Amino acid sequence: MLKYIIKRILITIPVLVGVVFLIFVMLSVVPGDPLTVMMGEKVKVDVIERLSKTMHLNDPWYVQFAWYLWNALHGDFGTSYKLMRSVSSVIANAFPKTLMLAVTAAALSWVIGIPAGVISAVKKNSIIDHLFMGFALCGVSLPAFSVGMFLQNIFNGILPVSGFASPMHLILPALVLGWNAAGTIARLTRSSLLEVLEDDYIRTARAKGLAPVPVIVKHALKNSLLPVITMMAIQISSLLSGAVITETLFSIPGIGRLAVDAINGRDMPLLQGTVIFTTTVIIVGNLIADILYCVVDPRIRVEGGK
Amino acid sequence: MATFEQAVSLAARLAVDSVKDQYSPEERLEAIGQVEEEEMEYMPRPDTLRAKLLMMCQENKVAAASAVVLAVMALAIIFADKLTSFDPNTVNLMERLLPPSRTHWCGTDDLGRDIFTRILYGGRVSLLVGIIPTSISMFIGIIMGMVSGYIRHLDAVIMRLADIVLAFPSIVLAMVVMYTLGATTSNIFIALSMIGWAGTARIVRSQTLSLREQEFVEAARGMGVKKWTIMFRHILPNCLPSLIVLFTLNIPDAILSEANLSFLGVGTQPPDSSWGLMVSQARTYAVSSPWMLIFPSLAILIMVLALNFLGDGLRDAVDPHMKR
Repeated sequence: MLKYIIKRILITIPVLVGVVFLIFVMLSVVPGDPLTVMMGEKVKVDVIERLSKTMHLNDPWYVQFAWYLWNALHGDFGTSYKLMRSVSSVIANAFPKTLMLAVTAAALSWVIGIPAGVISAVKKNSIIDHLFMGFALCGVSLPAFSVGMFLQNIFNGILPVSGFASPMHLILPALVLGWNAAGTIARLTRSSLLEVLEDDYIRTARAKGLAPVPVIVKHALKNSLLPVITMMAIQISSLLSGAVITETLFSIPGIGRLAVDAINGRDMPLLQGTVIFTTTVIIVGNLIADILYCVVDPRIRVEGGK
Repeated sequence: MATFEQAVSLAARLAVDSVKDQYSPEERLEAIGQVEEEEMEYMPRPDTLRAKLLMMCQENKVAAASAVVLAVMALAIIFADKLTSFDPNTVNLMERLLPPSRTHWCGTDDLGRDIFTRILYGGRVSLLVGIIPTSISMFIGIIMGMVSGYIRHLDAVIMRLADIVLAFPSIVLAMVVMYTLGATTSNIFIALSMIGWAGTARIVRSQTLSLREQEFVEAARGMGVKKWTIMFRHILPNCLPSLIVLFTLNIPDAILSEANLSFLGVGTQPPDSSWGLMVSQARTYAVSSPWMLIFPSLAILIMVLALNFLGDGLRDAVDPHMKR
């Protein structure tokens, strides 16, 4: 198992470097002089020279990349042009809000998605099943901002519809973000449970005279949740990228909002920093999920170790 | 299913017994015949793609209806100028924010433009964004996936590349690409293609990996057929059913991505319209003039739902193993 984990970590490193490289190259071909964006048109020549030197602007791009990578490894993503603060501190300030939103949305999606999936599977093809599945499908078939606008409309005056001041402010954005995730989880739980319910040991449990509820909860659900757990790990990514839309719509000062603001303000270091940070979080999240998964499921351990 | 299981267990028993050699050759032949008969009876699955599609239309009414809905929508979008007498971009401030009526079926927006007309014309962008990037990204993904699965020494490089692309939250990467290239409709195509190929490549790779070990590919290889011929003539046709499904399911993703990009201001630019842009333009007026929000949202919902239903139906029809 240790071999598998080490191998998995080693694979992650080139991906991480690739991510930084891709973003660095893409953003360095954008026209425009960083110093002009930063200071405006009227700057003294010696200031330009000094800044160019400290920011390595006169070096070839690969040297700049090496510097960027080196600094990023030390947690230094440069200084935001517009906010005039270090990108790391801006991110450190914004990330907890995004995390809070994502965690609330994830929790919401499990609390809604899993029971909905179970009920749909047990009452297969009933009205409730069709209702739940229709609801789940709508969650994945509408853009998040459209759902959000509808909710803002409906709950206008009942719940806070923008900003980030109290836990109440989290409800609507988490609903928007969680609906999509809940839909996916409900559909997956349903199909996975349906498959398990056909198995022999379920028939045995029923034949022994066990009550229907323990059969489903203790015997079937336990075994059907494995793919659902994998999906949850994958959803870290979709929740964090969904946060870009949700945070913009609900004016939440999180990471996604920072990235959008950085684009609108042509603030290169901030954009680089937020994108690289978000992606790193996702990569590390997937890594942890994979390792946990391999601890839980011996089959992967064996196959992966080969 | 029970009889199928019986057949399998019978076959397994036969295999074991044949080693033990308990049965006479006649008895064995008889048993094999029995298995074949049962399989014939209980697995009358059609084999050709067309037969499978026909069966889907008969069995899965939702998927069939979705196909009809999609066809109607596509026709309406293509022949938009025949269906409406309004121009999508003519500003008429005298008629701004009118509720739905007999002349303006879906009302008018903040600049007095007929929303129904704009949905029809905006559908052109949404439909193109659904089809073109999906086609390009799938083309790249198929080539990359087949090469990765068949020419093994390129595998690691291509898959790491796919890993890098898949590591990004897709909307964030699309946003950065759009920022780099500049926000135009054709750049949306490029951005979404650059991102979408990785998923396809992974699926095609895994199919190629299993197909390349099969006898018919081995036979072709043994006969000296060239690598690329094997990939395109032998492996690709066998991936085709799941690729059709993937294509159907990737289109709604692309449509939603474009909507998100437009909402963030790096997608379709006014005065052009797409459904996503129309919804995001409704933001300021959503409370006072809800029709600005409702109708474009409905257009997205119907098209994406129909595509999802059709994709699910196709998947069940062509590949029962993928059934979710």
